[in-house]
Amino acid sequence: MTEPVPVIVVIEDEPKIRRFVRMSLEAEGYLVFEADSVQRGLIEAGTRQPDMVVLDLGLPDGDGVDFIRDLRAWAEIPIIVLSARTTEADKVAALDAGADDYLTKPFGAAELLARVRAQLRRRSHAGGTPGTVFEFGKTRIDLGKRVVERDGKPLHLTPIEYRLLSYLIAHPDSVLTHRQLLKNVWGPSHADDSHYVRVYMGHLRRKLEDDPSQPQHIVTEAGVGYRFIV
Amino acid sequence: MSDTRPDPDQLLDRIKEDELRAARGKLKIFFGASAGVGKTYAMLSAASQQLQQGRDVVIGIVETHGRRETEAMLEGLERLPLKDVPYRDKVLREFDIDGALVRKPALILMDELAHSNVPGSRHPKRWQDVEELLAAGIDVYSTVNVQHLETLNDVVGGITGIRVWETVPDHVFDVADEIVLVDLPPDELLQRLKEGKVYLPHQAERAIENFFRKGNLIALRELALRRTADRVDNQMLQYRRDKSVAAVWQTRDSLLACVGPGEGADRVIRSAARMATRLDVPWHAVYVETPELQRLSESQRLRILKNVKLAQEMGAETATLSGSDAVETVVAYARDHNLSRVIVGRDHERSWRPWYRSVADRVGHWAPDLEVIQVARDESQARKPAADRYEESWLERLKAPWQSFAMSAAICGLATAIAAPLHSVFDLANIAMLFLLAVLLVSVRYGLGPSVMATFLNVAAFDFFYVPPRYSFAVSDVQYLMTFAVMLAVGLVTAQLTTGLKYQARIAGRREQRVRALYEMSRDLSGALMPEQIAEISQRFAETEFGARAVILLADDNDRLAEPVHVPGGSLVVDPGIGQWAYDHGDYAGCGTDTLAGSPILYVPLKAPMRTRGVLALEPKDPRRLMAPEQGRLLDTFARLIAISLERVHYVDVAQSTTVQMESERLRNSLLSAISHDLRTPLAALVGLADSMAMTKPAPTGEQVDIAVSMREEALRMNALVNNLLDMARLQSGAVKLNRQWQPLEEVVGSALKSVRSSLVEHRVSVELPEDLPLLELDAVLIERVFCNLLDNAAKYTPNGSSIAIGAAASGASVEVWVADNGPGLPAGKEEMIFKKFERGQKESATSGVGLGLAICRAIIEAHGGRIRAENRRDGGARFVFTLPRGNPPAVDHAEDEALSGEESR
Repeated sequence: MTEPVPVIVVIEDEPKIRRFVRMSLEAEGYLVFEADSVQRGLIEAGTRQPDMVVLDLGLPDGDGVDFIRDLRAWAEIPIIVLSARTTEADKVAALDAGADDYLTKPFGAAELLARVRAQLRRRSHAGGTPGTVFEFGKTRIDLGKRVVERDGKPLHLTPIEYRLLSYLIAHPDSVLTHRQLLKNVWGPSHADDSHYVRVYMGHLRRKLEDDPSQPQHIVTEAGVGYRFIV
Repeated sequence: MSDTRPDPDQLLDRIKEDELRAARGKLKIFFGASAGVGKTYAMLSAASQQLQQGRDVVIGIVETHGRRETEAMLEGLERLPLKDVPYRDKVLREFDIDGALVRKPALILMDELAHSNVPGSRHPKRWQDVEELLAAGIDVYSTVNVQHLETLNDVVGGITGIRVWETVPDHVFDVADEIVLVDLPPDELLQRLKEGKVYLPHQAERAIENFFRKGNLIALRELALRRTADRVDNQMLQYRRDKSVAAVWQTRDSLLACVGPGEGADRVIRSAARMATRLDVPWHAVYVETPELQRLSESQRLRILKNVKLAQEMGAETATLSGSDAVETVVAYARDHNLSRVIVGRDHERSWRPWYRSVADRVGHWAPDLEVIQVARDESQARKPAADRYEESWLERLKAPWQSFAMSAAICGLATAIAAPLHSVFDLANIAMLFLLAVLLVSVRYGLGPSVMATFLNVAAFDFFYVPPRYSFAVSDVQYLMTFAVMLAVGLVTAQLTTGLKYQARIAGRREQRVRALYEMSRDLSGALMPEQIAEISQRFAETEFGARAVILLADDNDRLAEPVHVPGGSLVVDPGIGQWAYDHGDYAGCGTDTLAGSPILYVPLKAPMRTRGVLALEPKDPRRLMAPEQGRLLDTFARLIAISLERVHYVDVAQSTTVQMESERLRNSLLSAISHDLRTPLAALVGLADSMAMTKPAPTGEQVDIAVSMREEALRMNALVNNLLDMARLQSGAVKLNRQWQPLEEVVGSALKSVRSSLVEHRVSVELPEDLPLLELDAVLIERVFCNLLDNAAKYTPNGSSIAIGAAASGASVEVWVADNGPGLPAGKEEMIFKKFERGQKESATSGVGLGLAICRAIIEAHGGRIRAENRRDGGARFVFTLPRGNPPAVDHAEDEALSGEESR
């Protein structure tokens, strides 16, 4: 049985960058379709049945965030956003609208491919039934029994810490904004208390990381949010 | 139940009070019944204890009066040097308040709270100095004798026969944080007196002997004890209120004291103050200005002003009202302010006017629902002043220009002349009518003095020329005496009436003029667009209304007063120090006030709704004119109008500059983002394309791959440079808006380490952040950049294998963060220079960079309100330290979590 070739739509108005992204993805064996505007992008995404969209945020004919909202209305496929530095607010808006990950320009082929692979892998996982036991680093979590162990010893987590961790586990390799975490772990009434997330992330790191100041799993994306790396 | 809960308003008041108190210094008063009980000694021993506990104690002023045991206590305590104040031809030594404020000890000792300062000092009274020290957050110890308390002053005077003039308002005593009663039984005190251990001021021996009688001492002791007990009682009440021990229903029976023009008004005020304190209710004191009272003599008006001020000092809310009838106005005021008790002085008995009804009766008649309390009159000084009052005012009222007298004499002459031919025709009674007409005319036109004169002239002329025997003052028939009497009466009554009417008309006219002047000024001010115009308008108004020269001093954003606003033709040499004081304290200062009354200029703070805008300096030609209540009100309104106009002008400026700023900011931002986009896009493409070169088919050779890798690296370096330059441009132009959020520092350190991981592979990095480090409000992206730059620098300028340590510690109001290495350190003397733009430790070295990294760090840290510096470590290596303000981190509520965990464990 041959695996179907993943289809990726690249929406980017800069032809040089588009070309490089395309070359890198094709070298990896993906099928790539290009678009240079929001309009074209929506058409491509609608007709090509892509497995993923790579989207530049600065397009000439519209806002990338609107594109994400439109796309999310009918597709759950991963979206990776490309954007310039110093525009953290745009990134957060894109992620809140439903993007899964972002890359800051300039980026190399290796970085791009790593992100694409991670998102596609996550998607294929999501298809199957999620296992109740999950492992990363020295930590083992049994979601069915609600038990967390580290180095084989049971680890006590408070209810919110546990909820936060389960949410992270459910979204590996994606960038999660503070707002997203607050909404899903604390509930909508806390949407503006972003320091809660930060404080609890600190607690989790202290319990789960070898060196909480240089975390390996719960990584901070400055000004944007967090990424959980298995 | 709701009635067991404390009143929320009261609670709010208490919270506000507590907040105010927290910032203020604490006042501890050593309170005694009389001189010689050992207050100063007790204060000094308490101070030495504080000193032993390591507090910063300084003696502001202490009078030992040569007592040896007290002087011994002074040893080891720092004394603040006294200031020399020139007074007349002497130089007196006085407490130096500015020195104390500069020295700013934790605790200062100020003996004799009731002391009056030497004229020319900042405040007339020492307790005012103490208030200022407390406001500056300095704790104060002081001493007071019971006889110096304002409300007890007359009581003590009554007991001992000696009245002291140096007093402390009761509210100062009442708001003191602690009162320590220094008590000594009278026998022991007398013993000490015999031994010469009690300092006696220069007073007559006899008076002292009278004072230190055992009976007196017992009475004073009782007063002191009772006053202290009252205070403790209040504290108890307060405590109960705080803790809601029980529902204490406070019916607010507020008092209203009526200040009259008479001598006894201060007694009314003192009684009212005592009563209000006892009942723990607020009280008001009002003075009603009626047309009648406008005629009062200068000394009476001054007395009224003094009494109103006295009431204010004793904690009353004061007001000067105007109305045609005093009683009516008082009743209306009482109703408006919900005051249920009216306190008035007892009127003099007027046996010669049995129909006269006293003020108290009339208040009772007008408002039967109000309680009226009459305060006893001081008989010893009852009659005399009343006499001088009438004498003064009568003389005043008889005055008129000499022309009026001349004209009335002429009218009398004319009447006599006209009567001559008519005498043979008409009856004598009708001739008298003619003279009566003359008196009427004079009194209507020329007022009281001339009409009195005319009456007498006419009576004389009528008698001399027409009443038989003619050409003699002898009167043959007694019935003509009746004619004279009627003539005299008509003249006087008419004159009295018309002068009264004229006077009222003049008052009304003056009022109208004031209103018109204010109206005109506000109209002019509403058109003013610049502070200079406002200054000019106010100068004009001050000249016409107060006969004063005026300038305006504006305050800048740092609350410093600038030079006076320049107005053509206006120059006034102001004392910036007094002006600043008035501004800082939001209170009048200078001429005729409590603060530096010796200055010829009055400084009025210009309070606008948002803040005090500056100070109005007025130099009145006649300072007393400004002190009249109606002028005081006018001045208030005047200052307020100016302040509001200044504020309006200020906001017009702000609005304009904001528009300009927004416009230029928008322009700058779009320019910067256009440049950054145009510079970065090709670089991004370059990096990507260099990468994709490796993927071209056929596969590139090793050499080609090397070239591609170098291209990529150079492009990335270029990108870093561009980023630095653009960041610097952004930070410098102020285009960066900090996105500050509360977060743990650890997180920022973590993300910084992640992004510079590649350049740190050859170094050992250790992070040591204290567990209890507070959350910091920072822009994570920018602070990460600071860490990245510092770490990059450390990596660049230290040999491989060096170690880098990141640490932080909270210190006071800020948090100190450092990045230290054990490399070669910084070139000596360049620790500050390296933060400049395009400045590098070593010139033209092989190490890459343009020297913007640290300049960016400094800009970012300073935008956060912190400081950054570099130093060499004692044990080798460089250390970069920056501080960030701590601020007020939000609380993290773990309750929810705990509640959940409780639920779960069930």
